[in-house]
Amino acid sequence: MPVMAGIVSYGSYVPYRRLKRSAIAAVLGTPAGKGERAIASFDEDSVSMAVEAARDALKAAPPGEVQALIFATTTPPYAEKLSAAVIGAAAQLPAEIRASDMTGSVRAGMSAILQGADAVSGGAKRALVAIGDCRLAAPEGKAEQTTGDGAVAFVLGAENVIAEIEASASLTREFLDTWRATGERFAHSWEERFTLTQAHSPLLGTVIKNVLEKAKVAPTDLSKVILDAPNARAADEIARALKIDPAKFSDSFALTIGQTGAAHAGLMLSAALPSAKPGDRILVATVADGADAILVKVTPANANFKPVHSVGRMIESKGDVSYANYLKWREILPTEPPRRPDPDRPAGPPMMRSEKWKFGFIGSRCTNCGTPQLPPQLVCVKCHKRGFMEPYQFADRTAKIATYAIDRLAYSLNPPTVNVVADFNGGGRFLCEMTDCEPDKVAIGDEVEMTFRRLFTADGVNNYFWKARPRR
Amino acid sequence: MASRGIKDRVAIIGMGCTKFGEHWDKGPDDLLVDAAYQAYESAGVEPNDVDAYWLGTMGSGISGLTLSEPLKIQYKPVTRVENMCATGSEALRQACYAVASGAFDMAMAIGVEKLKDSGYSGLVMNAPPNDGTEGSMTAPASFSLLAPAYFKKYGLDPDKGKDVLTRIAWKNHKNGAKNPKAQFQKEVSLETIKNSPKIADPLGIMDCSGVSDGSAAAIVVRAEDAHKYCKNPIYIKALSFIAGPAEGPLSQDYDFTTFREVVATAKDAYAQAGITNPREQISMAEVHDCFTPTELVLYEDLGFSPRGTAWQDVMDGFFDLEGKLPVNPDGGLKSFGHPIGASGLRMMYEMWLQMRGEAGARQIKNPKVGLTHNLGGAPGRCVSFVSVVGSQVG
Repeated sequence: MPVMAGIVSYGSYVPYRRLKRSAIAAVLGTPAGKGERAIASFDEDSVSMAVEAARDALKAAPPGEVQALIFATTTPPYAEKLSAAVIGAAAQLPAEIRASDMTGSVRAGMSAILQGADAVSGGAKRALVAIGDCRLAAPEGKAEQTTGDGAVAFVLGAENVIAEIEASASLTREFLDTWRATGERFAHSWEERFTLTQAHSPLLGTVIKNVLEKAKVAPTDLSKVILDAPNARAADEIARALKIDPAKFSDSFALTIGQTGAAHAGLMLSAALPSAKPGDRILVATVADGADAILVKVTPANANFKPVHSVGRMIESKGDVSYANYLKWREILPTEPPRRPDPDRPAGPPMMRSEKWKFGFIGSRCTNCGTPQLPPQLVCVKCHKRGFMEPYQFADRTAKIATYAIDRLAYSLNPPTVNVVADFNGGGRFLCEMTDCEPDKVAIGDEVEMTFRRLFTADGVNNYFWKARPRR
Repeated sequence: MASRGIKDRVAIIGMGCTKFGEHWDKGPDDLLVDAAYQAYESAGVEPNDVDAYWLGTMGSGISGLTLSEPLKIQYKPVTRVENMCATGSEALRQACYAVASGAFDMAMAIGVEKLKDSGYSGLVMNAPPNDGTEGSMTAPASFSLLAPAYFKKYGLDPDKGKDVLTRIAWKNHKNGAKNPKAQFQKEVSLETIKNSPKIADPLGIMDCSGVSDGSAAAIVVRAEDAHKYCKNPIYIKALSFIAGPAEGPLSQDYDFTTFREVVATAKDAYAQAGITNPREQISMAEVHDCFTPTELVLYEDLGFSPRGTAWQDVMDGFFDLEGKLPVNPDGGLKSFGHPIGASGLRMMYEMWLQMRGEAGARQIKNPKVGLTHNLGGAPGRCVSFVSVVGSQVG
């Protein structure tokens, strides 16, 4: 009898910036949609957002116990290079893990959860599933309005689970729905009536019926239904066909975040879990080139798990981006390069030497005088002794602004660049860029926290490192 | 172990300085040859009389060949030195020590920078291959960190603080307007300075030094030989240089209202020169006004003003050309311009002119003791140089 896998912990991430649908309409002269969508900042991508979600998930589950890592996205930053390796380094997972990237369709997120569950069933102590998507769509299209950016992560395991994965079902079917050729930036979609009536509705109906039958659970026993489908009408049809109370369907965040691609089903699940009671059954189903469904049963342990940044809190913590800036951030609108040199490509050997610092934000602490310091030092800044340093984690510590600079000369896709001198609570100081902030509101004494970002890309190398941000 | 100094053991017997500014028609070779020949002629010596050279440049050439090739120096030692924006002062320090040691009878320190050929705005530095974690703050942003910290510590509201910074730039432009070699020979109104476009809040473009091309040179000999060449040499009283441990970005006890490196170089230099009350004893100073808040903080670090009071001295005109302690009588980096490798020697060039009564419209009455201060890097992480020079031995 294989081990039953479940969710040990989770973390969610919604980027700070929002694009109002009316702001798109104001520029393009198109009809104004309601609500807003989440926008990854100019310094974020699917990997950096997945790291943010994974960091939260790992606060309640030691990274050292993870033996498998799966990253899923439809927007991998590299065509060739393992993104999961970046996430493993930033989340400080051990080197002895199996790691893979899954992509190809928005179903990759659910596939990653299923693969993580299989890894646990196959003997892995813990599996980390990190899913991030930075959805890009052509201006004036529907997808530009309906999609959103975000990430979610789950630590899966067999013990101390807050929700068991009772059953799963999958279907795979070849049909033309959404496609994007190699080298293309924007996806194409077939006409909606065809995909809704001939593919999405029947596939979802079947996969849900199959998973409920496997678990011997009736539709009426479900507490919550999470349906991740490109067309909202699919939910109505499923509700009717399976006689499920429409009130049991979770909010799809259409007005607040948008559809976050591979991350969406998981993000909706992470939003449903905090209020779920022991014994609640939550059905999660997603559709794309087939369909996947899982049935999770909430355990009493769920009451003891509190996400650090809940989806609700992330939705509330926000600031607007103009449509013009969004177009610049995504390089949809080309701009005149600055009269400053391009950033240098970071070099392989120094990046490998400083992996713990660059990706894990691990500094050092002098065991002779107790002073934390970053970046890691060889000779202590305080007692000036050599040879007493031990690794010291700064990523999860908060800091206060000692002073700051607003740099209008430095090149940035979001000028001006704000730099802060961050004094960490517990000791240590770091001078770094601050992101997700309003420059005219920055003040000495403000609290900041660290966030993993893509600083720039040079010669095709994505340069990931850490920045400060106001506490969210 | 001690920093003993070489008080009155070395004298400057000749100097040269090109006009600073946008020399579209001149390369580093032209600037170097011009400054070197001005110095030879000023000292009344032939090129071959100089036994050794120290060339300072941050990025306009590598190795001593940068100088020996255009000057056709006949098989003599040329050392290229670099210490960021204090490069020119470092070249002078090396030349002085070489002469004081007895290794050479006559040495030249020369600095050059050709910044306007890059096509970029502001200063550009090339970093060695790295892990991509080092920040890329521009120079004005780095120095702007001083402003909010200083204002907050001493209770200046930001608008008042901005007036103080503005007056520093105004004073330097006023002085530079009297200097035919300055990049910007024009007085600028307080209003224009205060309202100039923001570069790194609260700094506007008019709070920043000029990006320019230029070269300056000095010829030094042992003090006892000085009168063989020159009726009125100037004497080296103190030379102090420090590369700091860069604690500022690491330690919470650094508050961005001081340069510890400057405090330490000033202390060392004053000990070498026997200065106990700089505010009273120093007749004039050239300080590293790369950005206006730098000059404000330097007044306190150099002991010209007690802590927290420099802003008051600024508003009172204490550092004006007609004030009690004129600072940057030649216009400073702000108005004279800042070709990196040349700036330290340009500061010394003003000492040379003023002490010999050759400063024209900006001549200070009978200056006896002068100070130059030059720094490179950023607040909390910098190199600093202080020299004290005098018109008389003793």
